[in-house]
Amino acid sequence: MPLARKDLLDLDDFSSEEITLLLETTAAMTEILSRPIRRVPTLRGKTIVNMFYEASTRTRSSFELAAKNLSADLVNVSASQSSVEKGESLIDTMRTLQALGADMIVMRHWEAGAPYLAASWLHASVINAGDGWHAHPSQALLDLFTVQERLGTIEGLKLVIVGDIVHSRVARSNLWGFGKMGADIVLCGPPTLLTPDVLGMVESLPSVTISYDLDEAICDADLVMMLRLQRERMASGLLPSMREYAARFGLTKERMRRARPNALIMHPGPMNQGVEITPELAYSEQAVIEDQVTNGVAVRMAIFYLLAGTSERIA
Amino acid sequence: MSENWLIQGARVLDPANDLDAVRDVLVADGKIARVGASIDSDGLPVVDASGLLLTPGFVDLHCHLREPGFEYKETIATGTRAAVQGGFTTVCSMANTDPVVDTPATVAFILERAKNAGAARVSPLAAVTQGFGGTQLVEMAALSDAGVVAFSDDGLPIADARMMRHALEYSLLVGKPIVNHCEEPSLAHGGVMNEGLTSLRLGLPGMPAEAEETMVARDALLARRTGGHVHIAHVSTQGSVQIIRAAKQQGVRITAEVTPHHLTLTDAIVAESLPVEDGSALAYDTQAKVKPPLRTETDVEALIEGLNDGTIDAIATDHAPHSTTDKLCEFSEAESGISCLETAFSQAYQLVQDGRITLQTLISKLTVEPSRVFDLPTGTLAPGAPADVVLLDLTSSWIVDPLAFASKGKNTPIAGTTLPARVALTFVAGRPVQVADGYEQRGATQT
Repeated sequence: MPLARKDLLDLDDFSSEEITLLLETTAAMTEILSRPIRRVPTLRGKTIVNMFYEASTRTRSSFELAAKNLSADLVNVSASQSSVEKGESLIDTMRTLQALGADMIVMRHWEAGAPYLAASWLHASVINAGDGWHAHPSQALLDLFTVQERLGTIEGLKLVIVGDIVHSRVARSNLWGFGKMGADIVLCGPPTLLTPDVLGMVESLPSVTISYDLDEAICDADLVMMLRLQRERMASGLLPSMREYAARFGLTKERMRRARPNALIMHPGPMNQGVEITPELAYSEQAVIEDQVTNGVAVRMAIFYLLAGTSERIA
Repeated sequence: MSENWLIQGARVLDPANDLDAVRDVLVADGKIARVGASIDSDGLPVVDASGLLLTPGFVDLHCHLREPGFEYKETIATGTRAAVQGGFTTVCSMANTDPVVDTPATVAFILERAKNAGAARVSPLAAVTQGFGGTQLVEMAALSDAGVVAFSDDGLPIADARMMRHALEYSLLVGKPIVNHCEEPSLAHGGVMNEGLTSLRLGLPGMPAEAEETMVARDALLARRTGGHVHIAHVSTQGSVQIIRAAKQQGVRITAEVTPHHLTLTDAIVAESLPVEDGSALAYDTQAKVKPPLRTETDVEALIEGLNDGTIDAIATDHAPHSTTDKLCEFSEAESGISCLETAFSQAYQLVQDGRITLQTLISKLTVEPSRVFDLPTGTLAPGAPADVVLLDLTSSWIVDPLAFASKGKNTPIAGTTLPARVALTFVAGRPVQVADGYEQRGATQT
């Protein structure tokens, strides 16, 4: 079954069957990654452009490795060294990249919706690698894959997402991803970072609730996903201090005891250790943070493969 | 070029004079001479208006003509042509040009350009503060003498409460209103659309309704204190309607306008993508980016109620033309505004069709009531009034095609939709300045 889409912009309009297809393809890709020579010729001759308007280490290099493993030609463009600095508009930059022969464009942008604009104007496939507060679908897919790999299923699991929900693209995409796959989701954070309006946004999903009390929310959780707290939230009046945030919403060993015994701890990185998570937990057995990074490459290989719609089999 | 006509057999709707009947309208020397049953043509050229609705020409309290300074978006010539295509015979132009309208010389320039364009009349507004700086009042007396009808820093709010207080006080000298674009900056705080479910879904920073409402409340209180006339531009929320209603009940000199888009659209349209093949579920439609932002169904209901109970005095377009590239970019970077002089009447007529307002209310809010707000001599068919007249075909419908706009601004979120009712002919000072396709046989030739 092919993925009948040109672009990957978010999971909000994906069916659970499409997500399952992506996860199954990811499993095939992990097999390639376990080989001594991790390279297949599947996308030979295809050109993929990494267009990053915002700094990124893990996401950019993960897409880069994924493209190389599939033998695609990869061009890295960052906004600070390109014509963007000279004031070129997004549309003009995209048209230039397409004219240069890009088959797929991986875009990270600080503004929500920027990849949608590109996707609506280009023949090339556009993959959203994070747009503003809006979406980060490849992150959600790698989180889903990591959990499925460890626990066998998503359906019926209790997931607690903790932190700055309103300003988090990771939270939004995971809401759609885990929600559609049947997880029970509890969103937890201070009221300035978690509006009850979220429930209106996701009313199509089976089970989402909100809580301002992490000690209560974390009870019997199978998964705890900690979000990164941006320091500018204090300056803009949303939070009094890191200290108070850490006291109420930081993940500690003590709090983790309320979750299920083998509950997993996830974090999209980069971590503020000592704020949203203590170092001992970040490097504990329960933490799958490094698995998330490793699986990210396989997920992105699957995304490229399925969007390319290539007839070539993964051999 | 005749300015004498007998317009025969229209249904004449003139709320200023409580008239709704089939009548003939006699135009002499650019003025209304008489409205009566079966007037003898006496050799005058005759316009056959049977089957059409005749009303006073529409009066727009709020539009952006962009000249001087932003001629790539619109000029006075193209903007006033768009106006008469939309049935507007008088447009009040906002002062956020470059230079800002804060001297009599700029006012004279605009009036001269408008005269040469020969389409709609232009009644300019001047700024409230010099250069839109927000700190020093313009010379209201000199500007008033030069012909401005009101004062506004529209585009920007008058953020400083003390400045607003003094503007209202000083305006008593000239007896003209202060028009405010109510948007408390500390609450709007970088928001690019209405704060609500759609902004949350799209991950875009929102501006809450309260950003508008707190400033509407502030201005109502300051108008009460000073006795000045405050006019609230483009009211968009339920809370604003409630505050204005309460202030009017207390006798505060407060008036208000609402745009056709805030009466008919909600913020959901920002996220609605066109049905494209393998298209995505979401869109970030910059054509629907406007200030104040499109709100919710509850707000739309309250705005319509406000029109019906007299809380809101006028339907004004806030026509805000932009170039293609101003809108073809990331949502947050895109300019705010909708080009709507040519769609306004038909958009608002949808409410009549749906039975939510009466035809009388619609025409009143487009003619006599806005004229009263800025104390203009138009908006009536009383003998001696300027012969600014529009003939409307309520049985017709049309498809919105921005490329066919006379305005340079092709920016509209309703491109491709079918709207009811058409503007057939428009007369300014007795001159047929607009004859729509298909109405050439009525007897008037566009001049």
